[in-house]
Amino acid sequence: MNPANYLYISALLFTIGAVGVVVRRNAIVVFMCIELMLNASNLAFVTFARINGNLDGQIIAFFTMVVAACEVVVGLAIIVTIFRSRRSASVDVASLLKR
Amino acid sequence: MIGYLIGLPLLGATLLLLGGRRTDKWGHLLATALSASSFALGAKLFFEMLARPTEERAISQKLFTWIHVGGFQVDAGLLLDQLSICFVLLITGVGTLIHIYSISYMSHDHDRRRFFAYLNLFIAAMLLLVLGDSYLNLYVGWEGVGLASYLLIGFWNQKPTYATAAKKAFVMNRIGDMGLSFAIMISFATLGAVSFKDVAERAPAASNAALTAMGIMLLVAATGKSAQFPLQAWLGDAMAGPTPVSALIHAATMVTAGVYLITRSNFIFDLAPDAQLAVAVVGAITLLFGALVGTAKDDIKKALAASTMSQIGYMILGAGLGPVGYAFAIMHLLTHGFFKAGMFLGAGSVMHGMNDEVNMRKYGALRAAMPITAITFGLGYLAIIGIPPFAGFYSKDKLIEVALNAGGVKGLLLGGAALIGAGITAFYMTRVVVLTFTGKARWDHEAHPHESPALMWIPMALLAVGSVASGYLFTRGDALVNWLTPVVAHHHTEHHEELYSPLTISVVALSLVAIGVLTAIFKYRGDVSNTAPENVSIFTRIARRDLLQDAVNEAVFMRPGQALTETLVKVDKSAIDGTVRAVGLSALGSAQGLRKLQSGYVRSYAAVILAGVVSLLLVIWVVTQ
Amino acid sequence: MNLAMLVAGQTGTPEAVMFWILGPLSVIAALSMLLVKKAVHSALLMAWVMITLAFFYIAQDAPFLGIVQVVVYTGAVMMLFLFILMLVGVDASDSLVETIKGLRVVAILAAVGIGGLLVSLLGRATLGRSSAGLEEANIGGNVPAIAALLFSRYVWAFEVVSALLITAALGAMVLAHHQRVTPRATQKQLAVMRFRGKTLSDAAGLPAPGVFARHNAVDVPALLPDGSPATNSITKTLRDRGSVVDPRPYQLSEIKNSDSTEGEER
Repeated sequence: MNPANYLYISALLFTIGAVGVVVRRNAIVVFMCIELMLNASNLAFVTFARINGNLDGQIIAFFTMVVAACEVVVGLAIIVTIFRSRRSASVDVASLLKR
Repeated sequence: MIGYLIGLPLLGATLLLLGGRRTDKWGHLLATALSASSFALGAKLFFEMLARPTEERAISQKLFTWIHVGGFQVDAGLLLDQLSICFVLLITGVGTLIHIYSISYMSHDHDRRRFFAYLNLFIAAMLLLVLGDSYLNLYVGWEGVGLASYLLIGFWNQKPTYATAAKKAFVMNRIGDMGLSFAIMISFATLGAVSFKDVAERAPAASNAALTAMGIMLLVAATGKSAQFPLQAWLGDAMAGPTPVSALIHAATMVTAGVYLITRSNFIFDLAPDAQLAVAVVGAITLLFGALVGTAKDDIKKALAASTMSQIGYMILGAGLGPVGYAFAIMHLLTHGFFKAGMFLGAGSVMHGMNDEVNMRKYGALRAAMPITAITFGLGYLAIIGIPPFAGFYSKDKLIEVALNAGGVKGLLLGGAALIGAGITAFYMTRVVVLTFTGKARWDHEAHPHESPALMWIPMALLAVGSVASGYLFTRGDALVNWLTPVVAHHHTEHHEELYSPLTISVVALSLVAIGVLTAIFKYRGDVSNTAPENVSIFTRIARRDLLQDAVNEAVFMRPGQALTETLVKVDKSAIDGTVRAVGLSALGSAQGLRKLQSGYVRSYAAVILAGVVSLLLVIWVVTQ
Repeated sequence: MNLAMLVAGQTGTPEAVMFWILGPLSVIAALSMLLVKKAVHSALLMAWVMITLAFFYIAQDAPFLGIVQVVVYTGAVMMLFLFILMLVGVDASDSLVETIKGLRVVAILAAVGIGGLLVSLLGRATLGRSSAGLEEANIGGNVPAIAALLFSRYVWAFEVVSALLITAALGAMVLAHHQRVTPRATQKQLAVMRFRGKTLSDAAGLPAPGVFARHNAVDVPALLPDGSPATNSITKTLRDRGSVVDPRPYQLSEIKNSDSTEGEER
């Protein structure tokens, strides 16, 4: 089996994550879909590291994980803050940019 | 040296205008002194010139290099030759006398200093006009006198009609100035030079069309400045200015600038006979025009203005008759300067005594109350109608002679017009004298006519001396003709044959003059009503309305011009503004449409981002094919 | 899909088997994560995907990354998600009806576009290229090799990312910090308030949490002894929002007290 198959899985997961961001209304589920996209790209990096024979891809995947962790921390804190004032976790509620 | 002629009065104008109220006490005296010193310098230069042999009489002075662009160079240079010295003496001489007159005439005016500043400015500009050695330098002076004329006509600009008269004069002058501009452009384009010397040298090589065009353009310029037909409508209204202004500018000097221009350009006109004929025709038309208008005017200044227009018509006619006529045109110009300025100053004196009344129907029997004025005015009157041995006789008769001797139909028509003009001139000038100085007194109750102070009648007297003697002096031994020949006629040695003897012409002319004088005396010696009669013939009515000149100007130029401007304004408002507004509206409309894209929902924004990513990937996919 | 070519650098059979089993499973899990109604179910499916990915990493000679994936991602990040879900409301569920017009169409089209293009591009990138494998790079072990790279070539990025971690922690603290609007009541003031309240029943204080609770969800109110819901057992936010669940299904059934006689006054 060609290791490139992992890349196709990664592409599929990425697509699913992208669609999920647009379709779901619950802010936390949207966030999870973003995490899914990040994971898919991590998989692609690791596969490329294997294909190219050096560890740079793994290092980048490592950094991606760290950054994703930070992002989750801050993002969820924001969601909680919004939830406290808006009393809803739906992304459609925060539509003040309309006017 | 020559530069000081212009510099002195220019200094006066600058000092008085910049000094403001501080110079009120002594400004007029300074201006008169500077004008007099300019005259003294001019006289000195004249005597030096007399002493030199003929070939060396013309001197020039370069002040500075004015324009130096590529191959085109124009210096600010001055040329003092036999022709310009005549003008210099006339301008500074008559100008100084009028300065002296104005000290007294304008003594009650709060803005007398400004008046003198403008007078000095005018003297400086007119001197620059006649001393310039190229068409471009002449143009600077030309514009300067136009400006001075505007400032002086509208001197009492508190009255809207006076200000409008100043504007009218300036605008019509401007039309003439366009002619001069075109002439300079043609000269540069075809001959590659604008200085008189260069143009005179290169003119024979140019095409007939170019020379004729240049001549016509110079004629247009002259008609504008000298109030000839068809640009003559401004001169009557220009009488709104103070009388010294009318005397200096609109009698003796500025209006003669056109004659100077044509005479100076003799090398052009002599090579373009069609243009020269046009000049003569314009002169003939104008002299009759002015004469006819003068017969119906009750305002003494307007009557004299019409007379000026007519007499300059004579000069232009003379200038349009070729080398034989230039000298006589200048002679008439110089004598006219004396007697017309003298008559205007006399009219000013009468107005001063009659509490600024200008309607001649309210004058009458003033010769007892103002004897000196009556005498000086009378001498000027005799000169203008051409009674020997006064000045006008010599100059006018010579012009009629030259016209008739031109031969053929042209000679008969032009000479005939000149003769008839002489007769009509006699009629209306006699009318003026009879209405003003003789007959019964038709004064208003408040009028207390009195003689004018010395500062006013002394210049009048000096000018009267000129009216008497100048003609004879110019003609004795062909003095003036020989003096001017090197400038205007050096290349012509042929003699025109005399078709009619001078004696015959003089007799015919004097007879016509006598008829005119007697007619006027008989018509006006009886009772004259205080107000202009209503039931008069159609001709009188037309003559009262300046031969409908304003009506024609309005119908042909003013109303179409106004209609054009109104149309353009409408087009600007609707089309151009509309286009701009349409651009704005379309921006607004597209903004309204695009606004709907901003729904405020994060998810739709995310969808848009996705779409962007798709397109990016598509591009990469296509590029890496 | 390049299944045809048998060149050097292909995976071994065990890996292939694992891939073909777990791969489709992970895709199905991700799809379901999109489609289920309850958020908690999405979280759990997400965790499944992450563990699958950990398998993949370890299979691809990246053991360090695989363990980190389980420990950090699945362990810490997904737990964090679940905590927040708990705070927000476990029963909260989206309706499947789409409110913004045309969004689903756009999303599906974009999905097809991105998916197809990515697959095609990746295929082009790897066509005919053989995989080098990580045997050489992992000489001396994967972790020492990663450490060697991390602290030599990527040390600057490493330092920046650690600064980022600290900043993120600080940011979370700041965001979640509750700023008091009124000064905090001292113990003396609290005692005074309790005894000067409307009824003396407040003087003894509230019972410990969970005494009267009928359900462990935050939006199900506790029931007082007389059967009425206790309003101050729900946070004010949920109360004002009105998302308080009816507690009646969670009531205790009729108490049968064998000692008491019917009609006896209490």
